[in-house]
Amino acid sequence: MTAPKTLYDKIWDAHVADESEDGTCLLYIDRHLVHEVTSPQAFEGLRMAGRGVRAPDKTIAVPDHNVPTTLDRASGIKNEESRIQVDALDQNARDFGIHYYPVSDVRQGIVHIVGPEQGWTLPGMTVVCGDSHTATHGAFGALAHGIGTSEVEHVLATQTLIQKKSKNMKVEITGKLRPGVTAKDITLSVIGATGTAGGTGYVIEYCGEAIRDLSMEGRMTVCNMAIEGGARAGLIAPDEKTFEYCKGRPHAPKGAAWEAAVAWWKTLYSDDDAHWDKVITLKGEDIAPVVTWGTSPEDVLPITATVPSASDFAGGKIDAAQRSLEYMGLEPGTPLSEIEIDTVFIGSCTNGRIEDLRAAAEILKGKKIKDGLRAMVVPGSGLVRAQAEEEGLADIFKEAGFEWRLAGCSMCLAMNPDQLSPGERCAATSNRNFEGRQGRGGRTHLMSPAMAAAAAVTGHLTDVRELL
Amino acid sequence: MEKFAKLTGVAAPLPLINVDTDMIIPKQFLKTIKRSGLGVNLFDEMRYGDDGSELPDFVLNKPAYRDAEILVAGENFGCGSSREHAPWAIKDFGIRCVIAPSYADIFYNNCFKNGILPIVLPQEQVDVLMKDAEKGANARMTIDLEAQTVTTSDGESFGFDVDPFRKHCLLNGLDDIGLTMEKVASIDTFEAAASAARPWV
Ligand code: SF4
Repeated sequence: MTAPKTLYDKIWDAHVADESEDGTCLLYIDRHLVHEVTSPQAFEGLRMAGRGVRAPDKTIAVPDHNVPTTLDRASGIKNEESRIQVDALDQNARDFGIHYYPVSDVRQGIVHIVGPEQGWTLPGMTVVCGDSHTATHGAFGALAHGIGTSEVEHVLATQTLIQKKSKNMKVEITGKLRPGVTAKDITLSVIGATGTAGGTGYVIEYCGEAIRDLSMEGRMTVCNMAIEGGARAGLIAPDEKTFEYCKGRPHAPKGAAWEAAVAWWKTLYSDDDAHWDKVITLKGEDIAPVVTWGTSPEDVLPITATVPSASDFAGGKIDAAQRSLEYMGLEPGTPLSEIEIDTVFIGSCTNGRIEDLRAAAEILKGKKIKDGLRAMVVPGSGLVRAQAEEEGLADIFKEAGFEWRLAGCSMCLAMNPDQLSPGERCAATSNRNFEGRQGRGGRTHLMSPAMAAAAAVTGHLTDVRELL
Repeated sequence: MEKFAKLTGVAAPLPLINVDTDMIIPKQFLKTIKRSGLGVNLFDEMRYGDDGSELPDFVLNKPAYRDAEILVAGENFGCGSSREHAPWAIKDFGIRCVIAPSYADIFYNNCFKNGILPIVLPQEQVDVLMKDAEKGANARMTIDLEAQTVTTSDGESFGFDVDPFRKHCLLNGLDDIGLTMEKVASIDTFEAAASAARPWV
């Protein structure tokens, strides 16, 4: 009898191409996603060494970080450095013969949204990308790692990654979520409970009834932020919902190959007696709609709470909290729901999918955003955008006063012109509230799309349950 | 990766301690799409004035050292961030070997990944080499990785230590990719078996 295994163990074992005596493995990579910022030096390295891409058919590139999301972008990228990076990706994709979705392609979008959408990401695969939010793809039961530029080159050349195995951590969300509570609230609450280093050294598997009940979009939101909890990867065991999502996608298997794939995918779950190095359990009923108040994703509180004071914390967190409060311009004791905002950003690889736009539009329907507010929706891909237009969501956003943008990373990291100015306060559906993340001096509160929409209507952080 | 076996060249003296990666390559040059081409910005803020003109006093701007291939420096060289742009810039300038009493850990590792030999020697010996380097273009030092020696222009020789595995990699021009390439048969075998088992991948 073979020893019981976790889902992570099973995927890992199915991809070890070579193992050294010290436990260092060559892990075979099934899908390599590439974007314009972390790849140019890697491609250049290949050229200098006279190497090619070992598996161009498993390598997919799309520009996302630098691309403008304004409607005039067909006229070209104005920022020279950004334009050069995107042009370099165009050239590299052509020269090395990898799959490519250029800016002009309706399928272009954020790499972590395009991969699943096109059926590149499938259960049981190993997926890497020179980007920390590669964890997103774990929602399919795929082992998905973020990697650095040297490793990007390594994967391009060898289709493998030099890796040592991580430990197993189980995060179980039991029971049902209450109305107004979403996947974003789950993932933020987990980080709030474990801290941003809680997952360091682990691969997390999310499980439990509340996770099973989530749509694939919701599961992607949960896994996307595994990295914010310190884990390199997050996983959710594939099930009928996963198969349903994958079926018929352009690069998903068809016919007999589909049947064979599903048969294998059904074996991808953690065995009952599998060993866990760490287990965290949260009750779905206990999770409230949350927002962040500070400059770390672990600075999470229910919207009904008040701004904490530094003395509520211990150890090194005291100074960090003090610094956060100053940076965020917040007074301890202020109810979170009284914090006024200037800007609303709905988008990113965390919450830029169709379900996220539906959730926000649901709140905005027939309403207007607060006077003087700047609000934008940046769909995660051109196809999400098209679908939202078809469903009438775009009209709801536009009538409410939102800007309706083209697909890209946009204000998630403000590498394109979408930036906050110093002191500007933003309700954002993205994943990082670090100092300066959305623009120098900008202040970010992370939350779900529904919560961001609610804030857009009232002009301050708002408990979405009051608008349901 | 480029092999490193034996090198005879001009050594530039940089008698500073704690040379950090911001000094080696300031952050405004990290937006580049290239690993090469950074040599012109190596030590940018020490090397150029505000108007972009060369500062004649900086060692690499002096005629004797414009083609330096070796750098002799003070302790804790390469401290600061992990940016691989630092060894990229050094290599691109044409420097293949750094000699110092100690290095920051990440920088030290990054050097080996990029075909640069970072040599650690006791302070007294670095002092001797620093003096030798100050003689200018006629003082050519010789680095022999196989023999693990540094020889001054006067023929004085010092032995140095280097991890055997890293030495092997440098001598043979093996980077991580090169090493993995040695296992290409395993990858081929795995790939064939995997595509038979999971043809949809
Ligand atoms: S949306 Fe944000 S987090 Fe996601 S890939 Fe783009 S920049 Fe990174």
